[in-house]
Amino acid sequence: MTSFPLQIVTPDGVSYNGQAEKVRVRTIAGDVCILARHLDYATALGMGEAAITIDGKVRHAACIGGMLAVTNGEVKLVATTFEWAEDIDVQRAQQAKEKAEKQLSNTQLDKKDLLLAEAKLKRALVRLNVNR
Amino acid sequence: MAGASMKDIKLRIKSVESTMQITKAMELVASSKLRGAKLRVERSRPYFEVLHQTLSDIAYSTQDFDSPYIRHREVKRSCYVVIAGDRGLAGGYNTNLFKAAAAHMEGKNVCVLPLGKKAVEYYERRGIELLSKDFAEVAEVNVRSCFEIAKLLTNAFLKGEFDELFLVYTNFVSMLTQSPAVLEMLPLNYQPGAENAGSRKLRLYEPAPEEVYDAIVPEYLAGLVWGAVSESVASELGARRTAMDAASKNAGEMIDELSLRYNRARQGAITQEITEIVAGAEQ
Repeated sequence: MTSFPLQIVTPDGVSYNGQAEKVRVRTIAGDVCILARHLDYATALGMGEAAITIDGKVRHAACIGGMLAVTNGEVKLVATTFEWAEDIDVQRAQQAKEKAEKQLSNTQLDKKDLLLAEAKLKRALVRLNVNR
Repeated sequence: MAGASMKDIKLRIKSVESTMQITKAMELVASSKLRGAKLRVERSRPYFEVLHQTLSDIAYSTQDFDSPYIRHREVKRSCYVVIAGDRGLAGGYNTNLFKAAAAHMEGKNVCVLPLGKKAVEYYERRGIELLSKDFAEVAEVNVRSCFEIAKLLTNAFLKGEFDELFLVYTNFVSMLTQSPAVLEMLPLNYQPGAENAGSRKLRLYEPAPEEVYDAIVPEYLAGLVWGAVSESVASELGARRTAMDAASKNAGEMIDELSLRYNRARQGAITQEITEIVAGAEQ
């Protein structure tokens, strides 16, 4: 399959820089899959699983927030969080999930805390989902 | 007379020695922290650069829609995010930054979001309106607080509390050089580069340009603030290390000079004593 240059960066450093054949990510409007020779494109990323095909092998990752842009055939994935499935700390995610669930079971939460706990739960669930 | 001055000099030497111990310790602490901070700068730089470049590509290729983030309004009020240090004793680090900020702010109606204790103190003393004092400790700022800052700024910008937004921080050029810089954050403003000046490519946005911008811009600001914080923290430590290194060297020189004076005074006292004894014996 034809490959294209892909760069994945996060505030913690460069996660991937090289050729890829297929990039599937969750955007704010649902999943999209980018193949080689895509036209110039831009979208914002939501919370979900990313699947990157490199040399015919699919690698999974948790990908949260940020943007995806295609410019002259080069794909740039600028994510807030991008963790390869094998790098995810399952125990920590599990703990975060339980803690967030406990917080959400409290009905007297004010709006800000509620949103914060929900976001935490979502992030934890994405991580656990990717590392099955 | 000579005895009193000898005692004075000895006291001076002791006090300079204890100061030197402090400056030496501070230098060591700054160097070890600097290693971590430098790593952070190196890791966050690609993100900063790719983010900036991608957004400028996008902003340039699209002009067929209207977003509050790219619209230039009449400037009634400007906001500055000023990133300074938490502590002094870092040479000209804080002063240079405030000077650069003041030069840029001149004649403008401003409000400031200070990061770092020194910035909070400085702008509070001058009676400039502060957006928030929640981020006083710049060493404690992490990626998540950058997102909070970005949210605060975008909300205030959309509400019309200010019409342009600048970021004042210190660029970590090298271990020995740090230079203050001012960066325009909002409204997004990009000049076409030389290589793509003629042709403008069409770009597909999903779901819609407005929605993409609404989601991306807060992240973009957070990324910029995070990059600037990383640069500034490393710069502060670099400046402190250089300043403390110079201070330790000066203290060493002072001790050398004082010991020389002490020895001279001691010798003078002995010579005088001998002369007095000899003079007494001759009589």
